[in-house]
Amino acid sequence: MESNVIVVTSGKGGVGKTTTTANVGTGLAKLGKKVCLIDTDIGLRNLDVVMGLENRIVYNLVDVIEGSCRIKQALIRDKRHQGLYLMPSAQTRDKSAVSPGQMVKVIEHLKEQFDYIILDCPAGIEQGFQNAIAGAQRAIVVTTPEVSAIRDADRIIGLLEANGFSQMDLIINRLRPEMVRRGDMMSSDDVVDILGIPLLGIIPDDENVVISTNQGEPLVGSSSPAGLAYNNVVGRLEGQEIPFLNFEKSISFFARVTGIFHRV
Amino acid sequence: MRFVNFFKRKSSCQVAKDRLKILLISDRVNCSPEMMELIKKDITKVISKYMKIDTDHMEIQICAKKGNNTKSRMPALYASIPILDIHKQSGQAL
Repeated sequence: MESNVIVVTSGKGGVGKTTTTANVGTGLAKLGKKVCLIDTDIGLRNLDVVMGLENRIVYNLVDVIEGSCRIKQALIRDKRHQGLYLMPSAQTRDKSAVSPGQMVKVIEHLKEQFDYIILDCPAGIEQGFQNAIAGAQRAIVVTTPEVSAIRDADRIIGLLEANGFSQMDLIINRLRPEMVRRGDMMSSDDVVDILGIPLLGIIPDDENVVISTNQGEPLVGSSSPAGLAYNNVVGRLEGQEIPFLNFEKSISFFARVTGIFHRV
Repeated sequence: MRFVNFFKRKSSCQVAKDRLKILLISDRVNCSPEMMELIKKDITKVISKYMKIDTDHMEIQICAKKGNNTKSRMPALYASIPILDIHKQSGQAL
């Protein structure tokens, strides 16, 4: 089995890498794929809480690398979705505990058993980033429509290119259609125009994301706006042609209608 | 929208785009200060063959050049070199 190894990265912190990893991974598992999520943020692990698996951690990525347990022992099976596994990161260590070469080795082992391996990258461009991208073939770059996040995303894209990545896709997170309509937020077209990589998904700003994180259950597949948007991302990863939910246009249509009334 | 148009204010989205475009150009070029210093030295050497220039007040920088098509902005090297005197002899040699 040749698996897809994808790193989810952004440069800037807090733009939604972990949420994206959790939702994309869960969505793929719901389609019947065998998915392994790896939290590579050593010292600041988060993916386990977002997935609601924090109480089941025994071993972690650093234990695997140091040989204190077998890979299988560190993999937590998500009982709610068949074929979904999490490799948690270590909370009490720092990123120097892992090297890119060791990451490649772990991923090589996992490749035999999984359709998808999704790596949640830490913020920043230091060793944690190098570790996370070492074993991946393609990248999902997450950004929000803000200058700071876009600047960091541009830097990350440059670094990924320098590391030989040819397949990079963009997810624009926390888009607020009403602000785009007002001209107070960059639209998805603006962001794609600036960053110049293919768009994989537009996730609207949705309070249900906070609720689902509170509950430790990713919202992909639910009827909430973000749940639908993540479901589309998963479909596109699987090669389906799914049109983008165009929040901006559907609202500008209303704006046009109200505009007519104003004129009358 | 109407208010924005009324005051002819640039939307904050447009401001963000304009700022980012210029910012990313200098980010992408990523020219180190040492390299800029070397470029400056070499330019001085070449220009000095033909004219006397004020090296203390000479400035070089990389910034965005508005291209013919408005969409793409190319990075450009701008040099401001004050001329003190043009050598007559070198001018004839040319």
